[in-house]
Amino acid sequence: MNRILLGLTLATITACAAYAAGPDLGAVSQAATNWPAIGMFLFFVVLTLGITYKAAKGTKSAADFYAAGGGISAGTNALAIAGDYMSAASFLGISGLVYTSGFDGLIYSTGFLVGWPIVLFLIAERLRNLGKFTFADVASFRLDQTAIRIISAVGTLVVVAFYLIAQMVGAGKLIQLLFGLPYLYAVIIVGVLMIVYVAFGGMKATTWVQVIKACLLLGGASFMAGAVLLKYGFNPEALFASSVQVHPKGDAIMAPGGLVSNPIEAISLGVGLMFGTAGLPHILMRFFTVSDAQAARKSVFYATGLIGYFYILTFIIGFGGIALLMSDPSYFKLGAAGTFDKLKDMIGGTNMVAVNLANAVGGPYFLGFISAVAFATILAVVAGLTLAGASAVSHDLYAQVIARGRTTEKHEVNLSKISAVVIGIVAIYLGYVFENQNVAFMVGLAFAVAASCNFPVLAMSILWRGTTTWGALAGGLVGLISAVGMVVLSKAVWVVTFGNAAPIFPYDNPALFSMPLAFVTIWAVSSLDKSRKAQRERAAFEAQFVRSETGIGAVGAHAH
Amino acid sequence: MSGSTLGLRGGTAPPPSRTAAAAVDPQIDRIVRTPEFKQLVAERTRFGWILTILMLVVYFGFIGLIAFDKSLMAVKVGGGTASLGLFMGVFVILFAFALTGIYVARANTRFDALSDALKRSVGR
Repeated sequence: MNRILLGLTLATITACAAYAAGPDLGAVSQAATNWPAIGMFLFFVVLTLGITYKAAKGTKSAADFYAAGGGISAGTNALAIAGDYMSAASFLGISGLVYTSGFDGLIYSTGFLVGWPIVLFLIAERLRNLGKFTFADVASFRLDQTAIRIISAVGTLVVVAFYLIAQMVGAGKLIQLLFGLPYLYAVIIVGVLMIVYVAFGGMKATTWVQVIKACLLLGGASFMAGAVLLKYGFNPEALFASSVQVHPKGDAIMAPGGLVSNPIEAISLGVGLMFGTAGLPHILMRFFTVSDAQAARKSVFYATGLIGYFYILTFIIGFGGIALLMSDPSYFKLGAAGTFDKLKDMIGGTNMVAVNLANAVGGPYFLGFISAVAFATILAVVAGLTLAGASAVSHDLYAQVIARGRTTEKHEVNLSKISAVVIGIVAIYLGYVFENQNVAFMVGLAFAVAASCNFPVLAMSILWRGTTTWGALAGGLVGLISAVGMVVLSKAVWVVTFGNAAPIFPYDNPALFSMPLAFVTIWAVSSLDKSRKAQRERAAFEAQFVRSETGIGAVGAHAH
Repeated sequence: MSGSTLGLRGGTAPPPSRTAAAAVDPQIDRIVRTPEFKQLVAERTRFGWILTILMLVVYFGFIGLIAFDKSLMAVKVGGGTASLGLFMGVFVILFAFALTGIYVARANTRFDALSDALKRSVGR
């Protein structure tokens, strides 16, 4: 697995996309048991279980379970959205990338951020006005319930599955490193806790776990970046100058390196990151937890600010790692005669830059704190994913497709809880099975499917009158199959996993091709669809349009 | 985008069975024809797409420069260590945040006012 970290070849692009959620930490050796970190993590677990208990008592209706009763404020929702996005690995992975190659880390930071304005301008308010619990509610608003719920649920479950596997494997390895716990224990702890949060506390617990973690992570990262800047008199220029002197690549770290050597690959990565954000089911669900479109809009604004701030912090932390750790042999595995490679021999690998820096600027207790925050981050993100998956099973597949609307709210919520348990167990099992597999491509794949299946179906059903059930179904399927197919035929799977000599699909990121393919298919099939049903669906656009634009008739706040 | 030109029967058209739209408001047709609705939709749609395009141009411009003109990105700013590319990257982040702020400011004032006027005019 180390090959993924070697060199800034194109392969790294996918690998690094994966850092945003699940770092490929390479061969990990178990560290000594880290008691301060375990203590602080236990405190977090007790606190969040307390919140889950309280949330469980207040969770009675389906609206409570799926959407926290619609009573989350814009500020809280912004923290939760930011929390869903600031995964442990985005923190560790991007600061590690900045450490090894400087400027190139910024390419990821910007790519992950710029999807948010698009979500705000085109999706957020309309989603809130039209939806109830899942984005399939919106996509199927005027289209055929069965077909659209199935394609949306499949898109959701595929995204959740790949994202979750990457997170579980990343979590296991990270915890091995940070806490000195065996891999399997780590995966089981994460799986069991996420089941408890989701099954008992629903969206309320999931949101508050995410909010607490977001505050801890932002606080910890701010402290670290502040401590680094303090050492340089709050003059970034001095930090950069000092970094350039100690980094083996010298001044080259201030300029683009090899990360984006192929323009097509770079643009495809950008498309996947940007529009994938607008199709991630666990993020889209958050727009149903606020009371109205105004709150949805404000939450994206605040979240964009928080996420942007966070990425600037990771950039400073990465440079702090260069300036403060590179000349200190105590952070490296020393070779014979005390020599070490600054880029490869960091203890725990370069993904541990932020963790080692925590020790350098704040001592062992701050190190424990940052380790505990990293664990908490993984937990919060997997809980959100599990809830999104469980909702797709119970609300979309069961209630609308299998029971055809003839079910009770209580029954549906119970089924959602059972689904959360099943998803959790499957995730633990897959995390275990994939321990030594290459999972770095899976987050990239999750983003590609979100951009190529979920986003086109959602955007076209909201924005284009002409969209019909057949068009959306065909386009969603084409997007899903082409995104998965292109990744399977790309280097990450075809060559690395299957051992073939050369990839059939030349790029690591399919979104530039698979997303337009989905849009064109929706357009073409819808245009050719002359059935009476299609005419009815086009006619029903008017009612949907009024509601999406004005909120008249929207499902209001459920808070009681 | 206001779409009242398509000669549809509007909200009175029977929607497909078992959709959320089944609970159609009989006022839909009337709302669509109000000048307030047309103006709200036209203004917001135009504004949203303009900002979207700005974001796409800035972001893919940044990626494009990285891909095609690395030496420009390496140019030093003010004789220091920080490169032009670094400033551009930070600019992209700040720009994204600023755009969302601009949209929210406009929506909180202009679009919400239009929306309120619409609700008043259809008697809600």
